Amino acid sequence: MSAALQAGAQDFLARYQGLKQRLPGDALIREEAARAFAASGLPGARNEAWKYTSLRPLSELRFQEPLTAIADCDRLLALLPAIDAPRLVFVDGRRRGDLSSTPQSLRVYGFAQTPDFGRLPMPEREPLTALNTMLAEDGAVIRVPEDVDAGTLVLASLGTAPPGRPVAFHPRHVVRLARGARLMLVEISVGQDVYLHNAVSEIVVSEDATLTHIRLQQEADRAFHFSTSYIDVAARGTYDGFALNLGGRLSRTEIHARLSGPRGVVHLNGAQLLRGTQHADFTTVVSHDAPNCTSRQTVKNVLAGRARGVFQGRIEVARGAQKTDGYQMNQALLLSPEAEIDSKPELKIYADDVKCSHGATVGELDADQLFYLRSRGVPEREARAILVRAFLAEALDPIAHAGARAALDQAVARWWEREAA
Amino acid sequence: MLEIRGLAAEVEGKGILRGIDLVVPRGELHAIMGPNGSGKSTLAYVLSGREGYEVRAGSVTFDGHDLLAMTPEERAAAGLFLAFQYPVELPGVGNANFMRTALNAMRRARGEPELDAVQFLKLARAEIKRLSMPEDMLKRNVNVGFSGGEKKRNEILQMAILRPTFAILDETDSGLDIDALKIVAGGVNTLRRPDFSALIITHYQRLLDYIVPDRVHVLAEGRIVRSGGPELARELEAHGYASVAAEVA
Repeated sequence: MSAALQAGAQDFLARYQGLKQRLPGDALIREEAARAFAASGLPGARNEAWKYTSLRPLSELRFQEPLTAIADCDRLLALLPAIDAPRLVFVDGRRRGDLSSTPQSLRVYGFAQTPDFGRLPMPEREPLTALNTMLAEDGAVIRVPEDVDAGTLVLASLGTAPPGRPVAFHPRHVVRLARGARLMLVEISVGQDVYLHNAVSEIVVSEDATLTHIRLQQEADRAFHFSTSYIDVAARGTYDGFALNLGGRLSRTEIHARLSGPRGVVHLNGAQLLRGTQHADFTTVVSHDAPNCTSRQTVKNVLAGRARGVFQGRIEVARGAQKTDGYQMNQALLLSPEAEIDSKPELKIYADDVKCSHGATVGELDADQLFYLRSRGVPEREARAILVRAFLAEALDPIAHAGARAALDQAVARWWEREAA
Repeated sequence: MLEIRGLAAEVEGKGILRGIDLVVPRGELHAIMGPNGSGKSTLAYVLSGREGYEVRAGSVTFDGHDLLAMTPEERAAAGLFLAFQYPVELPGVGNANFMRTALNAMRRARGEPELDAVQFLKLARAEIKRLSMPEDMLKRNVNVGFSGGEKKRNEILQMAILRPTFAILDETDSGLDIDALKIVAGGVNTLRRPDFSALIITHYQRLLDYIVPDRVHVLAEGRIVRSGGPELARELEAHGYASVAAEVA
């Protein structure tokens, strides 16, 4: 561990020592997580899973506790897209009942009141999960009862660090869909100034249940965003995920999805639009542990300026998981000669009757396509925007929910306006 | 009116056009014929402003404007249209949306009001019907999965919707069967008005049976070596480019 990473880790451990008497839930789980984090520290380049993403910029900052005084967040609330659905609002990782509305058909608890660390997260394997487990104060615990279609729920995170006082928060979310349940969860992250948003989610999709999970990461320009999700999909269940990453100085979307029963389906689609010196990492592991399951993944990167995108995708097929159908595609569109993509697809297959494929492409905007549009009177800037949208279409088109799709399209359009300006 | 004077152009340092003089008056259709490699497509690209085609000498004026000083989109807004020899596929871009974006961009550039989706679809459906094309052409992605003939017809549909005052057809007839050829020719003929001109680039005389040009020019090695009336096309068909070129030499 480098000295900087060491110092960054020590800060968090000291915070834990000061806070631990007041933290909710099983103290033993916290202690074990703290031990794991003390051993690993903030992951450095020697950790294979963090080869392409350096936490050095994070370790150079001293993060504080979020303020307990109720922050004025009207400006940030205005950034949330208008989606006609109940919403849960978290400010600096803490649930704000006064800004939230109560959904009718599902049960929502606060992690502070119902601490549920779950069985899926792996603090001993993932250092940021250890950090979260050690310091999590609050989060959303969402349960959808058997055979209930709970409609749409918005989960919003607002980071409100005051200027010059970086804060860190580690929300812990749990989403459990009972047999045959359905939910569309739209997660949106926004904020201001410098903060660390280090979320861990445990998601359980029972037999015949379907979770659609749309995420829009629009953190502040100088914020850090880490989101680690652990997903288990039982027989005939579906997890249909899409994540759009636009914000933050440094972000990582890490997903561990396990297909534990036959005929389960997992979609881990995403898009990252980055500019300036932004760095965004999309890391996934899909474990096919049961036969006849399907996983699909299309991740698109649009990289401008000196931005860097990282994609690490692994498909693991266990010995008994015959008739597995796995597909993974990672594509990058480089809008500048200084932008960079690192792509690392991996297949680990221990069954003999499977269909698995992966691919990666990197390219620039096509000169012929650009000329074709311009020859039809479309100004160059608009022509470029059309081609970027077309590049993203394959990842965005499967999103059937009109409100969520409109919110994502609007976010892409705004990103482009800023980029082209 | 299009007026080309002493136009010389090169691609990747290689001289392709070596002094073209050509005037297409308003309301006239001119055909350019010539063997492969004579510079026909290069002329089309230079006129429409494609990058990588370097003009070394000469001038082109279009309705009094210096065409070569304009961007491709400015040329389109001024009324110029190129029907591509190889129409480009745009995966993820719907054909109707593409044409409406193009039409509205041009209308904006000309200070005209834009068309909304309903107004546009009405216009597009009428054109599709007039050109006997299948309506699902509007719903598909631009040229994606289109047959060669469908791509060419899609170019003609764009031309019908965008209503240029000057069209350049770059070998639009190549690879077409006789039915598709008639549709393409019909599309051009319906645009024939006193204020519409066209430059029809073709390798074969066949298209000119359906679109009768006012003038025919023979391009060889980057120069126009002969010009004449529509009968010149038939002469070329009968005797080939070699004899025409030899006559000049």
